[in-house]
Amino acid sequence: MASRVVPLGFGSRRTRGRNPGLPWVLWIPACLALALVVLPVVGLLVRTDYTRLPQLLTSDAALSALRLSLVTALLSTIVCVVLGVPLAVVLARARGRGVRLVRAVVLLPLVLPPVVGGLALLFLLGRNGFLGYLLDVVAGVSVPFTTTAVVIAQTFVAMPFLVVSLEGALRGGGQRYELVAATLGARPWTVFRRVTVPLLLPALGSGVVLSFARALGEFGATITFAGSLEGVTRTLPLEVYAQAQADVDSAVALALLLIVVAVVVIAVARPKAFDR
Amino acid sequence: MRPANLRRPGTQVRRARRVCAATVAVLLTVAATACGPEGRTLNVFAAASLTEPFGELERTFEQRHSDVDVRLNLAGSSTLGSQIAEGAPADVFASANESVMADVAADMAGEPASFATNRLTIAVPRGNPAGVEGFGDLADGGVTVVVCQPQVPCGAAARRLAELTGTTLRPASEEQDVKDVLNKIVTGEADAGLVYTTDVRAAGGKVEEVPVPEASRAVNRYPIAVSARAAEPELAAEFRDLVRGEEGRRVLKKAGFGAP
Repeated sequence: MASRVVPLGFGSRRTRGRNPGLPWVLWIPACLALALVVLPVVGLLVRTDYTRLPQLLTSDAALSALRLSLVTALLSTIVCVVLGVPLAVVLARARGRGVRLVRAVVLLPLVLPPVVGGLALLFLLGRNGFLGYLLDVVAGVSVPFTTTAVVIAQTFVAMPFLVVSLEGALRGGGQRYELVAATLGARPWTVFRRVTVPLLLPALGSGVVLSFARALGEFGATITFAGSLEGVTRTLPLEVYAQAQADVDSAVALALLLIVVAVVVIAVARPKAFDR
Repeated sequence: MRPANLRRPGTQVRRARRVCAATVAVLLTVAATACGPEGRTLNVFAAASLTEPFGELERTFEQRHSDVDVRLNLAGSSTLGSQIAEGAPADVFASANESVMADVAADMAGEPASFATNRLTIAVPRGNPAGVEGFGDLADGGVTVVVCQPQVPCGAAARRLAELTGTTLRPASEEQDVKDVLNKIVTGEADAGLVYTTDVRAAGGKVEEVPVPEASRAVNRYPIAVSARAAEPELAAEFRDLVRGEEGRRVLKKAGFGAP
């Protein structure tokens, strides 16, 4: 998305053939950074008990956690798109003093420890939170300890990823096409539908993958806000944590599963990430 | 001719440099303060239910040894057991039941010694909103019940108690340790939670207790042992003896623990 905006002169035919060369000092920290990412995964692979792997991965607890994780991450990604796309457009296009403040607030879940996010959700939607109390009294609905709570927690932490990538694309892309469409007589809704959204699609793709991955890995907010119960709220990361207390082999196997799912998601949704 | 932005650092670059320099300065200061004079430390891994009495014993021990810093690692016993099995630097381990201690027997020096007992009870929020009267009410689907997950001692005890009484528990959540269960009751998110009697006492007036007479048949024994990898075995043994001695007995009794 950002790579589309190429500064004048760079990437032109004149400079493309000549490689300016890499300063060799970059290789040392770059290799360290790579090792930091790769070696822990290698550690996990080494530790895995491959003879018990099929049995560990097909246990009822593992399968129900995997199913729950996929379903909730999918649902929260949908919510992220439905709510996050309009938010990104509003943030990128709206004018006014308040917008900067709102933008900072939207990014809050990115910097907040998920546990704090979970507590915040609990104090809003828990039985004694003001919205939760209202829901309980008026509609007889209790949110904590339900699968809905898991989706809310995941959406809370994942939405900023989508909003940030979309907003960046919107600002980088500028408003030229939209202005042209408007001068040609298109109404705002038509401009949004026929110009803004199609231009956003590449950024939307990466935003969706990011937020799905984040939702899939969500732990802190979920365990704080939704609790942990097999089949209802115990997603794969929570199952890994629960198993790590008793059967480390099982926890390792599940962690491996989580990694495989994540890699598959990236491969399916962003094949380009593997091309270049 | 080179583009303007290659000749001279622009304002953005200059600002970035300033931020970098400030960050490095802050990090160096933090690092410098963290590397103070080296003291002796004693890492005590203890079950979450021991939070209050061990906090008091930590202070007592540090008063007796002014150069020693006791560091408590409080969590579900099974979590601590896995950490020790993975090589965590524990000097002393106090578990909430004997099976977790048995799992890490190879990492311990000598036989673990029992130092306290504890039993489960029902904690309910103030005013008992769901009207829980006994263990049988926890099978009622209308009551939001929270228990420990079966892998940790309080969860194992809860399961044992459910089997003893022939009750089918329908928990809304299985928590990582007993203090997580207690918190769900303190905040009023759940109607009832299975915790230790000592946790109800530790919570002060924030929760109420519904006694479970049957719980006397599912008592947890707390063992303590010195780690085979203890940096200072004598010091670790001294802490163990403090817990098992008169002072430890007094503090544990005050917290509601039974005699071993």
